[in-house]
Amino acid sequence: MSNLFNSMIEWIDKRFPLTSNWKAHLSEYYAPKNFNFWYFFGSLALLVLVNQLLTGIFLTMNYKPDASQAFASVEYIMRDVDYGWLIRYMHSTGASMFFVVVYLHMFRGMMYGSYRKPRELLWIIGMAIFFVLMSLAFTGYILPWGQMSYWGAQVIVSMFGAIPVIGDTLQQWLLGDFTLSDAALNRFFAYHVVTLPLILLVLVFVHILALHETGSNNPDGIEIKDNKNPQTGIPVDGIPFHPYYTVKDIVGVVVFLFVFCGIIFFAPEMGGYFLEYNNFIPANTLQTPDHIAPVWYFTPYYSMLRAVTVNFLGIDAKLWGVILMAGSVVIFCFLPWLDRSPVKSIRYKGPLFKTALALFVVSFFVLGWLGTKSPTPMYTLLAQIFTVIYFAFFILMPWYSKIDKTKPEPKRLKE
Amino acid sequence: MADSFSINEKMSGRRKFLVAATSVAGGIAGAAIATPFLLSMMPSERAKAAGAPVEVDISKLEPGMLLMVEWRGRVVWVLNRTPEMLESLVKVEGELADPNSEKNQQPEYARNRTRSIKPEILVTEGVCTHLGCSPVFRKDIAPADLGPDWQGGFFCPCHGSKFDLAGRVYKNVPAPTNMVVPPHMYMSDSRLLIGSESEGSA
Repeated sequence: MSNLFNSMIEWIDKRFPLTSNWKAHLSEYYAPKNFNFWYFFGSLALLVLVNQLLTGIFLTMNYKPDASQAFASVEYIMRDVDYGWLIRYMHSTGASMFFVVVYLHMFRGMMYGSYRKPRELLWIIGMAIFFVLMSLAFTGYILPWGQMSYWGAQVIVSMFGAIPVIGDTLQQWLLGDFTLSDAALNRFFAYHVVTLPLILLVLVFVHILALHETGSNNPDGIEIKDNKNPQTGIPVDGIPFHPYYTVKDIVGVVVFLFVFCGIIFFAPEMGGYFLEYNNFIPANTLQTPDHIAPVWYFTPYYSMLRAVTVNFLGIDAKLWGVILMAGSVVIFCFLPWLDRSPVKSIRYKGPLFKTALALFVVSFFVLGWLGTKSPTPMYTLLAQIFTVIYFAFFILMPWYSKIDKTKPEPKRLKE
Repeated sequence: MADSFSINEKMSGRRKFLVAATSVAGGIAGAAIATPFLLSMMPSERAKAAGAPVEVDISKLEPGMLLMVEWRGRVVWVLNRTPEMLESLVKVEGELADPNSEKNQQPEYARNRTRSIKPEILVTEGVCTHLGCSPVFRKDIAPADLGPDWQGGFFCPCHGSKFDLAGRVYKNVPAPTNMVVPPHMYMSDSRLLIGSESEGSA
C-alpha cells in the first residue's frame, strides 16, 4: 500500500513539483519558535475566506440581483430555503469576523514591527488585501437592498462625486445611471461575486508567497535567519511550520469556531451591529432612516468622514472628509518608512511608542463608537479630537520612534 | 534576472527600438480594447430616456405641509411655507454659508431669498449636498437636539448638515452648498410641473 502511494507521489513529482512545494511551504518552512496568541489570526483569516467563498456560492443559487426582487429573495433564503438561514448567517457573521481577525492580524504587525525591512512589500500586499476586503464588504452589504444597503451605498458613491472636475461623470460611471438604482445593484453583485473574490484570492496567494520569501517575523522582532546552524543551514530558532504550527493553528480554529457558532446560533444580528435593524426594511428611495450608521467595522472611518465641518486650504469640508477617510486607511501603507526605531518589536521599544500605540488604539475604538451615534456638536468635537490623535500616531512617528528610549534586542529568541 | 525584463546595453539599437515599439503597440491595443468595456458601464440609453417631467397637483397642500415627489429616481420636496416660516428665512441669514444663493444650485428664477417662484412654495430636491442622504423636515422650533436657535429647517441624519426652510445650507456643516432647486414651472395656480421650464419641452 505504502509502496503504491510512494510510487504515485513519485509519478506526480516528475510532472508537478508536489513534494518540493510541500517541503518549501509546510514541512520545511521554518517559522520562529516563539509564536504566541497573536499569530493565530493569519490562518483564521484564511479559514473565514474559505467560509465566505463556500457560503457565498450557495447564496447566489437563490439570490436575485434585481432591485425589485433582491430584498424578497433574501427573505426567501431566510424562510423557505432549507438551511438557507444557516448559510446566510454563516456568510453575514463571517463578514464581521473577517474584520475582527484582520484587525487583530494588523495590530499584531504593528506591535511586533512586522512591517519593517525586509517585510515592507508583504505589509503593502496585506494592505491591498484590506482594501479589497473593504470593497467586498461594501458591495456585499448593498445586495439585500434594504434601507441601510441603499442609503449606505448612496453615501459611499456620493463620495466619488466630491472629487473635483471628474466627480460627476465618475459617479455616473460607477452607478450606470444618474441615481442609485437597479443598474448599480446588478453591477455591485458582479463585483461582489466575481471581480473582487478573484482579486482577493490572487492577493492572498501573493501575500503568502512574499511571507515565505522573507520568513515570518516574531514577537521579539529579530531575524531568525541571521542565526543558522552551519551544518544544516536551518535557523536554530526555527521550527517546521508543519506539524508544529499546523497543530497550534488547529487549536485556534477550534476556539474560533466555538465563538463563531455561538454568534450564528444565538446572536446573528449581534444587537444590530452585524446586521442592522434598518436593513430589515426594504429600500425606500424617498426617505433616509432617521439614524444611519455603517456596519461596525467601517464606523471609525465614517466618524472621520463627518468630522470635518469647516473649509480650509481652499478645499471644502466635504472633500476634506473624503480625503481624511481615504487617508486614514492608505496611511498604513507608509508605516514601514514612518517607523525609525532601531528595534522592531514593542518588547524592546520605549515608553513613547507604547503610549502612541495605546492612544492610537483608544482613538480607533472611540471613533468606532462615535460612528454608531447620531452627530451632535459634542460628538462632532470628540470625533475631531480623536481624528487628530489617529493621524498624529502616523505623522509624528518618524520623530517619536527615533528619540524613544529602546532596550537592546536579544541575539536569540526568548522562550 | 533583471536583464531578461529590461532593455539593456548589450542589445543592439535595432532590437531596443523593436522592443519599445512592440510595447507601445501592445499598450495602445490594451487601451483600445478596454474602451468598449469601460463605456458599457456608463448610463444606458434606457436610463438616459427615463427623465420625464412630473406633474404635481398642489391644491391640497396646506400651509406648513411637505409633499414628496419622485422625479428621476430622486425625491423632490414641495413645501408650502407659512408666513412664520418665511419670516424665519430672514432670522437665520447670518448663520448661512450662501444666503444669497450665489453658487449655481438653482435656476435663475429661484435665485432669491425664498429660492422659489412663488414665495410660499419651495420646490427643491430632498437630497443633501454632502453625500446624498435625504434630510429630515424639522419644523419644530428650538428642539432639544438642534439647539435653541433652530428656526425650523432640514436636518440630515447622516452627517449632521443643516439647511433652512429655503434649502440654504448653514455654516460649519459638512454639506458645501445649498440644496438643488430642480427646473420647474406652474402650469396653473395649483398644477406644478417638475423637471421642465416650458410646457412645450415636457
